[in-house]
Amino acid sequence: MNVMSQKLLKIEDLVLHFKTRSGTVQAVDGVDFELDSNRAVVILGESGCGKSSLAKAILRLLPRNVQKYSGEVYLQGTDVMQFDEEQFRQNVRWAEISLVPQAAMNSLNPVIKVGDQVAEPAMVHLGIKKDEALGLARRMFQHVGVPEDFLERYPFELSGGMRQRVALAMALVTSPSLIVLDEPTSALDLLTQANIMNVLKRIKQELGTSFILITHDIATSSELADEVAIMYAGQIVEVGHARDFFPAPLHPYAQMLMASVPRLRSNSDPMFITGQPPSLIDLPTGCRFKARCPFRFDKCDREPPMFGKNGRKVKCWLYE
Amino acid sequence: MITELRDIKMNTPNINEAETLLSIQDLHVWYELRRFGFGHAGYVKAVDGVSFKLEEGETVAVVGESGCGKSSLMKTILGLNIPTSGDVVFDGENLSGLKGNGLRHYRFKVGYVQQDPYGALPPFMNVQKILEEPLIISGMKNKEERLARIHKAMSEVKLHPVEDFLQKFPHMLSGGQQQRIVIARAMLREPKLIVADEPVSMLDASVRVEILKLLRALQESHGLSVIYITHDLSTVKYFSRRIFVMYAGNLIEKAETRHLLENPLHPYTHALLAATSDPDARNAETFKEVPPGEPPSLVNPPTGCRFHPRCPHFMAGLCDVKFPPDFEPEPGHFVACWLYQ
Repeated sequence: MNVMSQKLLKIEDLVLHFKTRSGTVQAVDGVDFELDSNRAVVILGESGCGKSSLAKAILRLLPRNVQKYSGEVYLQGTDVMQFDEEQFRQNVRWAEISLVPQAAMNSLNPVIKVGDQVAEPAMVHLGIKKDEALGLARRMFQHVGVPEDFLERYPFELSGGMRQRVALAMALVTSPSLIVLDEPTSALDLLTQANIMNVLKRIKQELGTSFILITHDIATSSELADEVAIMYAGQIVEVGHARDFFPAPLHPYAQMLMASVPRLRSNSDPMFITGQPPSLIDLPTGCRFKARCPFRFDKCDREPPMFGKNGRKVKCWLYE
Repeated sequence: MITELRDIKMNTPNINEAETLLSIQDLHVWYELRRFGFGHAGYVKAVDGVSFKLEEGETVAVVGESGCGKSSLMKTILGLNIPTSGDVVFDGENLSGLKGNGLRHYRFKVGYVQQDPYGALPPFMNVQKILEEPLIISGMKNKEERLARIHKAMSEVKLHPVEDFLQKFPHMLSGGQQQRIVIARAMLREPKLIVADEPVSMLDASVRVEILKLLRALQESHGLSVIYITHDLSTVKYFSRRIFVMYAGNLIEKAETRHLLENPLHPYTHALLAATSDPDARNAETFKEVPPGEPPSLVNPPTGCRFHPRCPHFMAGLCDVKFPPDFEPEPGHFVACWLYQ
């Protein structure tokens, strides 16, 4: 218990299945990982691998068609899965973990000034007066690099990069210990992307916040990553430190994914992965990557456990 | 040796006209802004003085951020926009003189690969209908002939077996397959030029390379010219021979891909290259250098060089007064920046 309480976040066997007309979608299927405070983990995966569902499962933002939702989520040692909805809303969401959803910059309310929008979660979750909340919002604007007079503006008066910063300020205003970012830079221009990554790094240094960054953009993710988790077909197949992972990924899928990234500063010829990821409704038995894997052998028909190797974890029989 | 010869050819004024497929001279595309629906309120100068030549079988990449005018340039080349001034000459024919049937025939010669394959395919048509329609419009009356053409186009984009896909609707296909259908549709009329607008930006990393390699293979086997529009510099070198960098309506740097990546000259190109990340854990330890500010409004662009308010090498009295012409500090490498006069 003592060891556990040192971790900011520890997730064990998290499962989120959805019920659809064509069958059960196993979007998150037995995910484990840990995160220390003031660290950033990047969850990398292709579209449809369940990475956005993982964010929803951590924040318990569930749609109606959930079939199974189970597992343990320890936040600073407390299992928040035991909380009821109201407890969770009061003590976890925004208070400890906030979310910057996908395309957050386009989800600002067009008829409310951005300052008021940023102040709102502080009023609701910290129970403070509007003036005080606006003061907090002003401070957060400084942190994310938005000029203070923008508090009085409406979203349409801001560029995409500025709106993304506002969305970030909104997530920061309740001073959570963890921010979940779902594709924070995917709709932005190159220079704006670089700017937002700079802002995130600065927040991490200045406020000591932790991040879960969910993205498919491998090159940009390396700008923030302390740790990397690779997700494939609802499962995490490799976890490790960024400095170990980026030069030499272990899992065959991770290796092929890394080899598919075009690089500006090297002349390697990028490869692609043949075939398609399996449908989350009709998953193969055994290793889920085996149909596309060049190293496949007879053991792959059984599901591999997570093997530990020099502080890295990989879900592949090759590392038994 | 071959590249050297090419360089010389590119720079001599007497370019053999037969080899130039597309020639754009001082192109301006301005959109009028109106106040209260009728009063004139200025122009959005989306493309403001762009000139270049494209040879047959050549691939160029146009790199720039959103709002720099690259889509307006592309739409003008596709014949969807009417240029405010300047000439677009394709295969010896001036686009501004084309109307009705002439314009339609021109569009057969230019294929278009859209950015978002799902948005580009009508959801209520199956693959066969999607691919048949352009052939019907172009006057191919024989159904057998149409189907044979569709088969050929689909096997070229490696959608095997063709029959399995013909009856499918776009939502039943993966992103990569959808993009292949879009490419097959662009190839149907056997065009001479393909305009590909961020063809892989909506796709996953592992599929991206596959689609780029497919486009490359088609380009080589058909001797196509390709204009590849993108904001992602890391994919450019696998695809294009030359790069044009666009900023606020102007092409500010034009060079062979290798020259531009190894020796970028314009400060904006420097900034773009510096902002492009390669996957490397060391990235997390440093901050990126990003020029301050944002691209200017195209209604009232800055005087002189349009990058001067953000430029680290700004020279007062020159950059903010006079618009820099194209300088050529090394053969074939053009840059619109006063640093290189």
